[in-house]
Amino acid sequence: MSITSLLAISLGAILTNNFIFAQFLGICPFLGVSKKIDTAVGMGAAVTFVMGLASAVCFGVNKILVAVNLEYMQTVAFILVIAALVQFVEMFLKKNVPTLYTALGVYLPLITTNCAVLGVALLNVQNNYNFIQSVVYGITGGLGFLLAIFLFAAVREQLEFADNPKAFDGFPIALVTAGLIALAFMGFSGLKVW
Amino acid sequence: MNILYAVILLGALALIFGLVLAIAAKVFEVEVDPRLPEIQAALAGANCGGCGYPGCAGCAEAILAGKAPVSACAPAGAEGAAKIAQIMGMEAPTGEKMVAHVLCNGGTNAVKNFEYRGVTDCLAATKVCGGDASACRYGCLGFGSCVAACKFDAIHIGENGVAVVDKEKCTDCGACREACPRKLIVEVPYSKKVVVNCSNKDKGPAVTKVCANSCIACGMCERTCKFDAIHVVNNVAVIDYSKCRNCTMCAKACPKNAIEPIPTAEEKEKFKAAQKAAAERKAAAAKAAAEKAAAEKAAAEAAKAE
Repeated sequence: MSITSLLAISLGAILTNNFIFAQFLGICPFLGVSKKIDTAVGMGAAVTFVMGLASAVCFGVNKILVAVNLEYMQTVAFILVIAALVQFVEMFLKKNVPTLYTALGVYLPLITTNCAVLGVALLNVQNNYNFIQSVVYGITGGLGFLLAIFLFAAVREQLEFADNPKAFDGFPIALVTAGLIALAFMGFSGLKVW
Repeated sequence: MNILYAVILLGALALIFGLVLAIAAKVFEVEVDPRLPEIQAALAGANCGGCGYPGCAGCAEAILAGKAPVSACAPAGAEGAAKIAQIMGMEAPTGEKMVAHVLCNGGTNAVKNFEYRGVTDCLAATKVCGGDASACRYGCLGFGSCVAACKFDAIHIGENGVAVVDKEKCTDCGACREACPRKLIVEVPYSKKVVVNCSNKDKGPAVTKVCANSCIACGMCERTCKFDAIHVVNNVAVIDYSKCRNCTMCAKACPKNAIEPIPTAEEKEKFKAAQKAAAERKAAAAKAAAEKAAAEKAAAEAAKAE
């Protein structure tokens, strides 16, 4: 393992294989909390935190599962880990950042079922990443999510004032926009550094 | 055997996470005053923001901290205030129910300088050429910023293009007062029906040019009022509601129909006739008194001469 491999993982997670725009994971909060930049960034930060922590904890849990030949329990065990982590984050935010807690509302506990978080844990196993690689993939994956939701929220704030055809107002135009940004992100797939 | 392993392992994991969370719950415990949810339940729950705090939860916290009065929530009304006062262990405040009112009845009666066709929002309209679309610089623009701000469906643009408050639905939350860029919306007591529907502070002749229904500061209402409740201040009539008795005489006296309730032509005629009769009676009485005095004087002089 070298620095370059970590860099490659980071770039892949943020740009070429962005969780939202290339792998289409975690679309629910991406559409749900992207109406305002503030809350979108808050959500992105919370997801980044959970993804990083989940990668670290799931790495350990996976080692135990492999040791006792229970790999088939991965999904269940990972969900358990993620649910506990999200609860933890929720308590932390309620105590320390109550404004963000109320702004995120129901989407905070829904990080539990954010497939990007479960996805990162399962992809770590699939790609045979070691501990550091897993954590880096988790955090940068979260940053990719943050970037995606931030860009999308910035566009959506402008869309509020756009003179759309009536039938396109609200979610339809937001979905079209998401598709267009995803297309733009496809441009990164040509990126070859190493 | 395998099943047993799986159950034990996952059970153990769950137990560990559960313990961690239990400890975290203690560490990150947020103490909540038991009165807080009670107060919040007593508020209107519309999250209208009329109290000036971010939503009902913010208002409840402010009341609890003593930063806001127990009557901070206008939509909850006197009933809600009494409930909250009870929770807080205070006396319930007594106050008259207030409602919002738009101090303008110009609208289509007002002269237009040009046709404004921009964003249909009052603030936006006031930014265009200083809001000169309507020649009256004090009047309602009628683009409905207040209508959009109202959470209770209590204010609408009326027939003549002026916003009108539905007294029954209004909760006096203050959202429309905030939204109006010309600050035309004020609080008036629910029980009072007399309102001066004009805010134009220009002098009479200038006002007459821009609007047919404006207060020209002639002072007829001031002279008519028997309770000293209406006065011309800054070229516009203002009612002192602590003195007003709802007699509506000022409305009938107003030559421009600027005071609500706007009298019918018949009522106006009747009022004029009554005024005229009263004036005649007064003149006759004065004449009689003068004659009597003169007669007495003459009698006295006659007695002196003798």
